[in-house]
Order: sequence, then structure tokens, then C-alpha cells
Amino acid sequence: MSEEAGRDYQGSKIGMWLFLFTEFMLFGGLFILYAGSRALNPEAFHEASRELSVPLGVANTLILLTSSLFVAAALTAIQKGDRTLSMRLTGLTAACGALFLVNKGVEWGLKFQHGLYPNGPGLAGRPAGEPLFFGLYYIMTGLHGLHVLAGTALLVLMTVLLARGRVRQDDYVLLENSGLYWHLVDVIWIFLLPLFYLAA
Amino acid sequence: MSAQEQGHVVEYPALLKVWGTLLLLTAALVGASRVSPAAAVWAMLVLTPVKAALVLFFFMHLKYEGALLKGMVFTALSVLVVFISLLFLDISFR
Repeated sequence: MSEEAGRDYQGSKIGMWLFLFTEFMLFGGLFILYAGSRALNPEAFHEASRELSVPLGVANTLILLTSSLFVAAALTAIQKGDRTLSMRLTGLTAACGALFLVNKGVEWGLKFQHGLYPNGPGLAGRPAGEPLFFGLYYIMTGLHGLHVLAGTALLVLMTVLLARGRVRQDDYVLLENSGLYWHLVDVIWIFLLPLFYLAA
Repeated sequence: MSAQEQGHVVEYPALLKVWGTLLLLTAALVGASRVSPAAAVWAMLVLTPVKAALVLFFFMHLKYEGALLKGMVFTALSVLVVFISLLFLDISFR
């Protein structure tokens, strides 16, 4: 019985989902703010969106979608008892997370160079909607980036716990919940891509 | 009964298919954004939720969960949809 072992598989998963709901609402509030701002400033959002690099945004989408595949496969691997494969896949997922952040850092760096940051010279004299667009861009991709950072750290931890046998074939809920968190990060990015990069 | 109730195992080929579909949908989304602003908006409204649903149902195993968890996710997302709808009602009729 799971209770005798001090574990509750279903309870652990439900707890994780409840936490994910709070994340839905956190980002949902920002999406509502974006939608309202865009409805009031359609032209400015369209113009400001041209400044963002579609190739960089799409590259990060491919990285996150692939990392989601890796972490889902890592769960399948440990369910089948293949610890080595599972460790490789969680390691690859964490590497994807790091790559995503490097990519995002390059992207932000390019924007800073052009003075496109809150109160920056690149935004001076532009219609009010454009600084608003960039404000939302930095807040939403920044908050998402923090989630990627947390998820990457979590997946490094999972790789260590797999190596130590703390996550194993008959007790893998920690990896499953970490995977859920990582997929949530992916789902949020799925919405961020068209809102910011493909809006022009 | 084992020490842990076992979760559903999603096989590798199924995961690869979902991943492939997600890539195709992303390509379609980017393609539509180059056609016209209207196509971009429609592609976003249709394809983005489909992509999110694929991740939720297959990568996050929601398809294989019980009615309780499915109902919880449905309720949470419904609340979000209600809020977004209220926002657009407000913007449309002000």
C-alpha cells in the first residue's frame, strides 16, 4: 500500500497540478493584460513586433518543443526501468533549457544595443503603445525565462536523483512532477511565440 | 499492488508523433503569419490551443488521467476563458 510507504502517488500529482493552476493564473493575468493593451494599441503593437527576431523566437520554440519530448521520454524510460537512458534524457532537457536561456540572452542583448528597453533611447518619441509592447515583452519573456531557469535546475536535480536511485522504476513521481512543470513552461512559450514574434 | 500506483506509460513512437505534429503546427503558424494579418490571427486562435492541447494530453498524460484531474484542469482553464471573454466584452462594448 502506498500509504504504508509514506507515499501517495495520486496525491503528489494532484498537488503538482494545483500548483500549475496558480501558474496558469499568473501568466493568464499577463495574457489578459497583453490582450487588453493590444486591443487598445493595435498599430503600435504591430509596429513594435517587427523589431523582434522571428528566427530567434522560432529557434527557441524548437528547442523547448524538443526538450519537452526529451523529458516525456525520460519518464517513459524510467517507467520501463532504463535508468541510464532516463538520465541522459533529463540531462539533455536541462541542456536545452540552458540553450534556450543563452538564446534569450543574445536576443535581449541585441534589443539593449538598439536602445529598446524601458525608458531607453530606442523607444523615445515612439507612440505610447510601443514602449508598452516592450514592457510586456520583457516582463512576460523575463518571467518565463525565470521559469526556464527553475525548470533547468529541477532537471539537473532529477538527473542527480536518478543517479542516486532516489528516482527509480517503482518511485518516479518526482520526475513526473518535474516533467509536468517543464511542459507547463513549454505551453506558456507556445502562447508567447505568436503573441510577440508573429504579431507583425 | 506495487509500492506505487503505476502511471500510464506513453510509448516512444507516440511521443515522437506528437513532437512531429507540434513542429508541423509551428511551421504552419509561422507560414500563416507571413500570408496576411488576418491569417496570422486565425492561425494563432486555432493552432496555438491545438498545440497546447497536444502537450497537455500526451506529454502531460492528461489523456490517461481520471475524471477528477481532467475536471480540475477543465475548471481552471474555464475560469481563465471566462476572464478573457469578460475582457473582450468590456473592450467591445465600451
